[in-house]
Amino acid sequence: MKIAVPVKFVPDLVEEITIDPSGTALDTTWLRLIINEFDDHAVEQAILLKEKAGGQVSVLAAEAEGVDDFLFASAAKGADQLVKLTGDFSTVNNHALARAFADLLKKGKPDLILTGVQAHNDLDGSVGPLLAENLGMPYVGYVAGITPASDKVIARKEYSGGLVAEIEVKLPAVLGIQAAEKPPRYIAYSKIRQVMGTAKIETSPIAGLDTSGGTSVSRMFQPEVTQRATMLEGSPVDIADKLVGIFKELGVL
Amino acid sequence: MSQDIFVVIEHLRGQVSDTSYVMLAGARQLSQNFGGNVTAVLLGHEAQGLAGNLAADKVLYVDHAALTDFTSDGYQCVLAELIKEHSPRVVIFGHSSIGMDVASGLSVKLGLPVISSCRNFTTEGKFVSQICGGKIMAEGDIPSPSALITMVPGGYKAELGQSSQPAAVTAVPAPSLEGLRLSVKQYIEPDTSDVDITKEKMLVSVGRGIQNKDNIELANDLAAALGCVVSASRPVVDQGWMPTTRLVGKSGKKVKPKIYLALGISGAPEHVEGMGDSEIIIAVNTDQNAPIFNIAKYGTTTDMFDLIPALIEKAKQSK
Amino acid sequence: MPIRETFWNIPSWAEAAQYILATLTVIVFLFGVARHVLRWRKGKPEKRSGHILARLWSVVVQVFAQRRTLDEAYPGIMHFSIFWGMLTLAIGTVLATVDWDVTHLFFGFQFLKDGIYVVYELVLDLLGLLVILGLGMAIYRRYISRPARLQNLPIKSLSGDDAYVLIALTFILLSGYLTEGLRIAVLQPAWANWSPVGKVVGALFLATGDPTNRTLHVVIWSIHMLTAFGVLASLPFTKLFHILAVPINIYFQPMKPAGVLPPANTDGGMGVKEWKQFTWKQLLDFESCTRCGRCQDACPAYASAQLLSPRNMMIKLDAHIWEKTNGRALHGDVISADELWACTTCRACVQVCPAFIDHVTTFVDMRRSLVDQGKMDKMLQDALSNLGRYGNSFGQSDRMRAKWTMGLQPAIKDARREPVDYLWFVGDYASYSATLTDTTRKTAEVFQKAGLNFGILYDSERNAGNDVRRVGEEGLFEMLADKNGQVLSKIKFQTIVTTDPHSYNTIKNEYPDNGNGHPTIMHYSELLDQMITTGKIKFSKKLGYKVTYHDPCYLGRYNGVYDAPRRVIEASGCEVVEMPRHGARAFCCGAGGGRIWMEEKEVKERPSELRIREAVALNGIQAFIVACPKDLTMFRDAVKTTGNEKSLVVKDLIDLVYEAL
Repeated sequence: MKIAVPVKFVPDLVEEITIDPSGTALDTTWLRLIINEFDDHAVEQAILLKEKAGGQVSVLAAEAEGVDDFLFASAAKGADQLVKLTGDFSTVNNHALARAFADLLKKGKPDLILTGVQAHNDLDGSVGPLLAENLGMPYVGYVAGITPASDKVIARKEYSGGLVAEIEVKLPAVLGIQAAEKPPRYIAYSKIRQVMGTAKIETSPIAGLDTSGGTSVSRMFQPEVTQRATMLEGSPVDIADKLVGIFKELGVL
Repeated sequence: MSQDIFVVIEHLRGQVSDTSYVMLAGARQLSQNFGGNVTAVLLGHEAQGLAGNLAADKVLYVDHAALTDFTSDGYQCVLAELIKEHSPRVVIFGHSSIGMDVASGLSVKLGLPVISSCRNFTTEGKFVSQICGGKIMAEGDIPSPSALITMVPGGYKAELGQSSQPAAVTAVPAPSLEGLRLSVKQYIEPDTSDVDITKEKMLVSVGRGIQNKDNIELANDLAAALGCVVSASRPVVDQGWMPTTRLVGKSGKKVKPKIYLALGISGAPEHVEGMGDSEIIIAVNTDQNAPIFNIAKYGTTTDMFDLIPALIEKAKQSK
Repeated sequence: MPIRETFWNIPSWAEAAQYILATLTVIVFLFGVARHVLRWRKGKPEKRSGHILARLWSVVVQVFAQRRTLDEAYPGIMHFSIFWGMLTLAIGTVLATVDWDVTHLFFGFQFLKDGIYVVYELVLDLLGLLVILGLGMAIYRRYISRPARLQNLPIKSLSGDDAYVLIALTFILLSGYLTEGLRIAVLQPAWANWSPVGKVVGALFLATGDPTNRTLHVVIWSIHMLTAFGVLASLPFTKLFHILAVPINIYFQPMKPAGVLPPANTDGGMGVKEWKQFTWKQLLDFESCTRCGRCQDACPAYASAQLLSPRNMMIKLDAHIWEKTNGRALHGDVISADELWACTTCRACVQVCPAFIDHVTTFVDMRRSLVDQGKMDKMLQDALSNLGRYGNSFGQSDRMRAKWTMGLQPAIKDARREPVDYLWFVGDYASYSATLTDTTRKTAEVFQKAGLNFGILYDSERNAGNDVRRVGEEGLFEMLADKNGQVLSKIKFQTIVTTDPHSYNTIKNEYPDNGNGHPTIMHYSELLDQMITTGKIKFSKKLGYKVTYHDPCYLGRYNGVYDAPRRVIEASGCEVVEMPRHGARAFCCGAGGGRIWMEEKEVKERPSELRIREAVALNGIQAFIVACPKDLTMFRDAVKTTGNEKSLVVKDLIDLVYEAL
């Protein structure tokens, strides 16, 4: 089975996120990018499928800082093909990214496409379902388990409250991964350095970006703190006292 | 071409989701800016009863056997036809396992823009979305002539989307639903052997700050002393320190206890989605900038490992 | 005239048999030794050359003076007695052989006569008694007092080997005295007083009379001869092989500083996945183990959870290298990942081992293989990912590293921008841990008050990598050391100072030699000591506390810094009361070796809690003084969890200095 995993890099929330002077976008001066956590799971799920049922895994990404390292790490995990889209991505949104991936994947003809169900900076839908529609493939999101069969797969779709639906999906299809069956594995640094010598990243230049269907933002800001909790002071014993008082007042104790 | 606001109702196993009511409440506000009707769109099979308490001006109901279960294939097919026919001003979906599966696909199919993670609308009828784990808000005009929006809960109270007076239901014939590529084989129920945290009056909830599995014992002791049970946020469940039946949040359970005692929980939006409606939230977190303090009624930066023993003592004393 | 009457009463067939058996014994013995040597050679090469005099001296001190063995009184005296007794008897036998088969046979004279002979008889008689004393102590210890560290062997059949040695040696000694006694009973030589034990034994047989005694003599002599040859021939196949293995192991001990880990094996994956990837020296290590169990007694992981026993590791490894080729796997069947991850790399086992085995290096080599395969718990995985991405294990932005300096007046110099005398390498915990910010700021204040010209690297500093290396992530360690090294090479400073013993250890011992040797680095306790001695720090008051001091593993055992911190404490006017396990015997807090980044498995009591109890047991102690940020964190926690907040307060060395200034 040929599996393709398009991934996206997103702002690393460990760093401080600020708004740029125009007030409509994030300030990129101190911004660091990191792999979208759900896409990391998608790569892991693809490798697990390859280990279970054989096949070929391709990982695709738009060029950005840190992408090369991630692609090499994917190769160290077992990915067979690494593809980097090159070009000007300064105005990219999910619609444009999905179209760029679609152009590439129309040629590659994978049987199954796995990608993260969402990313925390999604403002115009998510890449998975946009990509699926561009390719005319069915889409199931919030998938946390895949059982392969010959020309289809059984996807476990998560709903809130712990309910899961097992859905039979005819291939080719796109699945939005919520969580891989196992957490993304660790790859030792020495292995990644080793792979850098042997694996090759194919580059694929884009013709341009078609961002139509995206969202236009007139103002970006950090949420104002409207209310703040009444902070309790004192020693742990004092605070415990006050809390028990509150519990009794409300009749829970 | 109309100024109507369509709301795609989400339902599973005979239950309408809370988010659906929140969407209706939002739609009601938005309809004042655009002047059109709030139309609830209900897809399903023998499900017209679910339309009973929707606070909408009217309900469009499409019935088909293939719509018994939600599939993005079936829903997208039907909704595409409905939207093409009625050209509503805005179509609102839930930012959930149902809404997100279809909204983006429809955006490409119909050539309409889609806006994600919308929390509420401004009085001028702009959308306000929350991204980057709730750290950033993005505001903008809703593009004309038509736009799709996925909404997260939190901006409106679900009650505002409920009505005791059922709206008029118009049955719309379903288009042909041949060649669907997705079919639901079975549902797997959540584990019911454990306590149902949604029924508890009080919850002692632990987050990443609990640090390791051994300390869960402390939380259990506290819960026992207070006569309630322990729930947890996603990091704790992911580590395997608590079972998924205790997970509170977007992918877990939604709880509304009288008291939600959050220990070492930062307050990320996905968790808040599961407990934001609690009557009183008490937050214990050594980081004074943790977002949980913005929704809590009471808070303290005392180390929870100092507080828990003291609290157990006091609770036992007052029994 | 006193002379040694070799082969008295021994028929010629028995005499001939003795020589034939002796030859056979030597052949079997040599075969046995060769078998071991060939097994060691299956391991990977390792250079252990040079320092010949130092190595030989160590062998003299450890083997002949039994230095480490004597660190514990009872087993020390026990072994010393057996060793010196047997050695003397062996030399006596050699002398007897030379006397009869060389000087007498080829040159027609014996030297074991007259004065020499009677002294010879006396010495051997008395030292034989010493052996019996030692054996008596050993039998009592092993079978009656039964110390914990001799129980529960991972391979039950080895207790047979233990018993065999004691029984066989006792047998040889008793049959030897009987033979001597019988001879004296028959011959009644005038110089019998020079063989006091023999004379006493002989007296027992006076009643039985001559023909019987002669017969008995031949029989017991034969038994004695057969047993002795049996023990010698089988020596390479029993526990007694340590007689050869241990001195060799001591000779080939590492002559590098303790704080250096050998580089990783890269042949067939990183680290050791199969036993043949160990070096010959490591295989020799396993074979030198006598199962004494001192390492197990010293191990904090064993004391708190019994998950890891260094003793059991060595026993299992020694058995494993002799197993058939398609037998069990090293990882999983012989050694579990849990055992390997339990080690804090505190080095107490290595420090205490009389056979000079290096357990820690073996554990790290196996960890390297686990890391190579990605087999670790999620917490450790996250810590390593954070270290790789942000340069710290906390997962906080590298830009937040110097947040603790906010508001300090005057601002701390940026060593990247201007030259400084002292480059303060702050370390992860002191920088990022919210509970340690106060201590770090106090340290800055003290440096300033002492007029020190110092600076920090601000957000260019990365984790020094000591524990990353001990966890087994060589590649990540190299990356971190490289990044730090690049920054260090571009700036101007004289000495590095740090409060973190882990950073101290790796920068001092493992960071690359920039051509001028490793970077000069001091632990802040050494610097404070220096500044107090030179008068740059003057105390305005004597604190008068009674305190105890906990030696950090990476400062004390690894780098030999024990006195400087104590001098600093005393200079501040406090009295140091030592815990039983102090100095090189200090008991680890349990955070090292990456343990602080790992999930805690089932523990009876954490090492830090055991240590606090040890301190509380000292009467009248007001404070527990530490000199390491991780120690501060671990022990403050342990005081709370053991409910000792009212009895003991944990303070950093800098707290005392700050208060006394």
